[in-house]
Amino acid sequence: MTLVRERTAVRREPRAAARGATPHPMMIAPALLFFAIFALLPLGGVVVLSLMKWDGIADPAWTGLGNWSAALADPATYHAIGLSLRVMVVSWLFQTPVSLLLGVLTAGRGRYRAVLGVLYFLPLLLSSAAIAIAFKALLDPNFGMSRAFGIAALAQDWLGDPTLALYVVIFVIGWQFMPFHTLLYQAGVRQIPAQLYEAAQLDGAGPVRQFFHITLPQLRYTILTSSTLMLVGSLTYFDLVFVLTGGGPGDATRFLPLDMYLNGFSNNDMGRASTLAVLLVVAGLALSLGLARFARFSRGSQQEGA
Amino acid sequence: MRPRPNVAGGLGGFVWLLIVLVPVYYIVVTSLRGQRGFFDANPLAPPADPTLENYRLVLSNDFLRYLVNSLTVTAGTVVITVAVSLMAAYYVVRGRTCLSRSGYTAFLLGLAIPLQATIIPIYYLITRAHLYDTLLAIILPSVAFAIPLSVVILANFLRDVPNELFESMRVDGAGHWRMLWSLVLPMVKPAMITVAVYDGLNVWNGFLFPLILTQSADQRVLPMALWAFQGQFRVNIPAVLAAVVLSTLPVLALYILGRRYLVTGLTAGFGK
Repeated sequence: MTLVRERTAVRREPRAAARGATPHPMMIAPALLFFAIFALLPLGGVVVLSLMKWDGIADPAWTGLGNWSAALADPATYHAIGLSLRVMVVSWLFQTPVSLLLGVLTAGRGRYRAVLGVLYFLPLLLSSAAIAIAFKALLDPNFGMSRAFGIAALAQDWLGDPTLALYVVIFVIGWQFMPFHTLLYQAGVRQIPAQLYEAAQLDGAGPVRQFFHITLPQLRYTILTSSTLMLVGSLTYFDLVFVLTGGGPGDATRFLPLDMYLNGFSNNDMGRASTLAVLLVVAGLALSLGLARFARFSRGSQQEGA
Repeated sequence: MRPRPNVAGGLGGFVWLLIVLVPVYYIVVTSLRGQRGFFDANPLAPPADPTLENYRLVLSNDFLRYLVNSLTVTAGTVVITVAVSLMAAYYVVRGRTCLSRSGYTAFLLGLAIPLQATIIPIYYLITRAHLYDTLLAIILPSVAFAIPLSVVILANFLRDVPNELFESMRVDGAGHWRMLWSLVLPMVKPAMITVAVYDGLNVWNGFLFPLILTQSADQRVLPMALWAFQGQFRVNIPAVLAAVVLSTLPVLALYILGRRYLVTGLTAGFGK
C-alpha cells in the first residue's frame, strides 16, 4: 500500500516540479542581452553594412550591391580567400597528426610527465602579440637564430621571402595553437577504457597496432571536434599575422581577416570590409554545419554497425 | 594500462618539446642581455653579463599602468561573464520553457560566430554609444563572446547535479535565487574556475578588441603595449622581450594554479 503510494508520488513529482519549477526569465536575460547586442546584432549588422558606404566616421549611406560587385571584381579578394584556404588545409595537415601524437604521448600519468605537461603547453599562455614579437626577433636574418647554429641554410630572410613567409606563418600558428589541440587529444585518450588495451595486449598487439586499432578509432569524435575548431578557427587568424608580417611581404600573407581589417580600418572602406566579413561568416557557418552533419552521419552509421 | 609510446613517438615528442622551449628560452635569455651582448653574442648562449636593465626600462615606461588596465579588463570580463553565464546555465537546465531551450540553442550556435567578422558593427555600436577608447569598450563585447562557451560548460556541469537536491531544497521552501546561491554555487565551483581560467586567458591575450576599440596610451592593455613597445624600442629587442616576459608572468601564475580546471573544462565543454 505504502509502496504504491510512494510510486505515484514519485511519478507525479516531475510534473509538479515542471509547473512551479521554471526559474524567473530574469536569470537568462542578462546573458541573452549581452549576446544579442554584441554578437547577434553585429552579425546582422555586418550584412546591412555590406550594402552601405561608410568611411568609419560619417553616417553610413546606402549603396546597394556596390561593395559586393567591387569586392567580387577585385583579384585581391580571391587572393585573400585562396590564402585562407591554403592556410586552412596546410595547418590542418600539419597540426592534427602532431597534436594527436603529443596528446597520446602526454596522456599517461607519471611524475616527469606532469612537468612535461606544463612545458608543452607554455605557448597557450603567450599572447599572439608576444609570440609574433618573439618569432620576429628569432627569425631575424642578422641577429636571430641563424647565428646560433652557424648553419648557412638557416640564414634566410624568413619573413622577407613571399613563399617562405607563408609557411613560416603557418608554422608559428601551429606553434601557438597545437597545445590547445594536444590538450583535447590528451583528454580524449584519458577517456578510453583501459580494458581495451589490456585485451589488446593479451592478444599480443604491440604499441603501434594498439594505436591504430584502439586509440585512433576511439578518438574519432575528438578528431572531429579538434578539426572543426581548427578549420573554423583558421578563418579567423588575425592577431599573430598582423603583428608578425602585417600581411607582407607584398600581400603574401594577407589572409581574408587581415584583408578585411586593412580594407576597413586602414583604407576607411567599412562597406567593402563588411562584404569580406560576410564571406567569413558564411564560410565559417558552412564549415561548422558541414562538419556537424558529417559527424552526425558518421555517428549514425556507426550506431547501425554496432 | 595506457598505450606505451613507441620510440619514434617519444623522439618526435622530444623534438617538439625543443621546438616549444627554444623560443621561450630565447625570449628569457635575450631579455637579460645588454645592447652589446645582443649584437655580439650567440643568441642562444647564456648572457655573459646578465642585466635587469631592460626590465627597469620597461617598468619605467608605464608598464604598470598597462598591467592595471589588463587586470581591470580581465577581471571585469571574467566576473560579469561567470555571474551572467551561471544564471543563464541554471535557467537553461532547470527551466522547462521555450525560452530555456531556444536560449541554449542560441548559445550553441553562438560558438560558431567568428569574432573577427562582427568587429565592424561592434566598432559602429561602440562609437555611437560614446564608449570608444574606454576599457568598457573592450569588456562589453568580450563578455558577449565569452558567454556561449561559458554557458555550455556550466550547463553541462549543472545537469549532473542530482534533481533530488533541488527538490529537497524546494520542500524546505527555497526559491530559485536561494538554490542558485547555496546549492548550485558551491557545487559548480570547479566548472566556474574552469570557465574563469579559460575566459581570463582569452581576454588577457585578446588583441583585436583593444586594437579597434581603443586608441590612447591611457587605455592600453598589455598586448597593445607589447605592440607599441615594438615600435618605441625599435632597435632594443631585449627590452621588448623583457616586456613579453613581464606580460606573461601573471598568466603563468594563474595557469599553474588553475591548470587542472582548464583541462577538466575543455573535456566537459567540447565533450567527446
